[in-house]
Amino acid sequence: MSDNSNPNENEPETTGHEWDGIREYNNPLPRWWVWIFYATIIWGLGYTIAYPAWPLIERATPGLLGFSTRAQVAEDIAAVEEANAALKAQLAEVDLTTLGENEDLASFAVNAGASVYLANCSQCHGSGAAGAVGFPNLLDDAWLWGGTIDEIAYTVTHGIRNEQSFDAHWSEMPAFGRDEILSDGEIGQVVQHVLAISGQEHDAAAAEAGSVLYLDQCASCHMDDGGGDMVLGAPALNDAIWLYGGDADTITESIYYSRFGVMPAWSEEFRPSSGLDQAEINAVAAYVHQLGGGQ
Amino acid sequence: MSQSETPQLYAAREPVFPRKVSGFFRSMKWQIMVVTLGIYYITPWIRWDRGPDLPDQAVLLDMAGRRFFFFWIDIWPHEFYFVAGLLIMAGLGLFLFTSALGRVWCGYACPQTVWTDLFIATERWIEGDRNARVRLWKQKWDLRKIRLRLTKAVVWALIGLATGGAWVFYFADAPTLAVDLVTGQAHPIAYTTIAILTFTTVFMGGIAREQVCIYACPWPRIQAAMMDEDTITIGYRDWRGEPRKHSAEVKAGAEMGDCIDCMACVNVCPMGIDIRKGQQLECITCGLCIDACDDIMAKIGKPRGLIDYYALRDEAEERAGGHPKKIWKHVFRPRTILYTSLWTLVGAALIVALFIRPEIDLTVAPVRNPIFTTMSDGTIRNTYDIRLRNKHGDARPFRVTVSGDPALRVQLEGTIYDSVEIPANEALRQRVYVSAPPGSDPALLARTDFRFWITDLTNNDRAFAETHFNGREADR
Repeated sequence: MSDNSNPNENEPETTGHEWDGIREYNNPLPRWWVWIFYATIIWGLGYTIAYPAWPLIERATPGLLGFSTRAQVAEDIAAVEEANAALKAQLAEVDLTTLGENEDLASFAVNAGASVYLANCSQCHGSGAAGAVGFPNLLDDAWLWGGTIDEIAYTVTHGIRNEQSFDAHWSEMPAFGRDEILSDGEIGQVVQHVLAISGQEHDAAAAEAGSVLYLDQCASCHMDDGGGDMVLGAPALNDAIWLYGGDADTITESIYYSRFGVMPAWSEEFRPSSGLDQAEINAVAAYVHQLGGGQ
Repeated sequence: MSQSETPQLYAAREPVFPRKVSGFFRSMKWQIMVVTLGIYYITPWIRWDRGPDLPDQAVLLDMAGRRFFFFWIDIWPHEFYFVAGLLIMAGLGLFLFTSALGRVWCGYACPQTVWTDLFIATERWIEGDRNARVRLWKQKWDLRKIRLRLTKAVVWALIGLATGGAWVFYFADAPTLAVDLVTGQAHPIAYTTIAILTFTTVFMGGIAREQVCIYACPWPRIQAAMMDEDTITIGYRDWRGEPRKHSAEVKAGAEMGDCIDCMACVNVCPMGIDIRKGQQLECITCGLCIDACDDIMAKIGKPRGLIDYYALRDEAEERAGGHPKKIWKHVFRPRTILYTSLWTLVGAALIVALFIRPEIDLTVAPVRNPIFTTMSDGTIRNTYDIRLRNKHGDARPFRVTVSGDPALRVQLEGTIYDSVEIPANEALRQRVYVSAPPGSDPALLARTDFRFWITDLTNNDRAFAETHFNGREADR
């Protein structure tokens, strides 16, 4: 028990604490402060009864008011969806080629599409849509399967080289090395030709020899000039954009083993639980189309 | 006090019942109250024509639109430095007035003082002057006391309501909001704000009063650093007043000073202090004790000024029988001149800034995800989000160009033109692509600094913003 009395007469009592002979006066708090302190305790008790508070083994006490942040979020989302329902219905029906004529709808589509994109597409194509090795950059002007808004919507709906949709874009490049269609030396010559048509440093003699092999083996899909063919998803080889890399080693690897990039079919028709509805597909197509490379 | 009694550090508040007083300083306080309350209540109702697209309220804090309108000036969010500048001026102004005239702000113009004065005036009007109020406070509750206290509570609540009610008019169109408030159509935030301000006004002006100044306000603490021997402040000329009547010296036969110990100065004090004890933290220098004492001095045929405004430097002089310096000689000293110069400097800078601020403006945010895009022909493209601000009252076409490297080309997103129309009084976000052809310097170098220029095509006003272009090297 501490001694609160002050040894000096006619001085206020102390708190009973003493450090190195220094004692502290008992300086009471103002009454209003004390009252508010008690009031907050009572308020706090009431709060824990009214709202979810005390943690139990399974979950916290629910509180008499039945408040839950999850329910509130669900309510907010429902309210926003209800407010957007008319625009969304319109977006599901719209002919995408004429979307630009309706400014409100186009603005809604682009903003909604940005959310759809970040939730579903950014994992492979990147949050800024710059892509990654094997996952196309959606900002540039090169398109494997077509860059018009309709073609983008089709690609999103059916995907690429998947088993989900019969209408998925499909093509397959032969593995020229692994399947022994071309010898290593021949592949080397083709690589020199590809370097030549894409304007990079190359061995002119080998490229000359490679051009014959190219016309024989590659041009049916990649075209004589290397311009590619969007019907077949054959990338242009004569430009500055490379999905897997444009250096000699990477091109050699691509020719030797081939490439087989896939993309899921996003329509809810093919993936009932997690797919996109028509309005979402149109929205994300509109978003991707306006990123700077749309045709 | 007996030896066994232990003193307590806790002291309950002693209620203060200021007596009515009249005189020069009291009149000045009434006039200042009328002016300050008038400014507060009338300002939101002043109209100011700004054209069809903007509000016609002279002073309006448009929180939703993030704009501040003050007569012919309108402040955009990015021009918040004007508000910062005004706050600095207010601070320097307070320093100046405090070093020159002590707590003149506290005594006359502070809202706490003005409203407390108003609440005390209504209290006196309802319950009577000091003696009646003290009696009422001490007596048991009866019907009369209940009636008086109830009347006071209602009147105070109405004053509080008028105060809180006027506040919200600064944030919305006053006539519209007034109708909405009465018809119950106003936003709940308006009602909540009024309710909170009604409560705080009554609480601070009616109930807490001097406690706010003594315990809640930091200014009485800071003022000690702001005042010096030349500061004009209120004091008691003890060399003239002492020994006062009723003092032991007088009882012992000493010759009495001018102070007749009538307690007039104590009874009128809204802070409940005795100024004869000297300068103290509680004193807000409102001058009411001067009025009270001058009145008594006139009655007993003595010169005024037993309690008066004077500077501490005069005290020694006066004690020796000399004369005090002139007030202006106290006021004009290096310290006040420095504060005045700084205040003027900031003010002049703000005025200059106000006149040279552009009517068109842009801010550039480079898109860094990705830092550049390679196009199929090898062109390097950077993307920028620029905000174009049009402060004119009409829509204007802005042309966007770049300077810094001749290779750079601009393309506006969503249009084939090189200009975009910005609606009146708005800021528009526009995505812009800047491209460098393959092999050009900007395409190869890590960084090329350049400027975005906007040109108002109606009058060829121009504005620019610095930014830079990322080339291939930036990816290494």
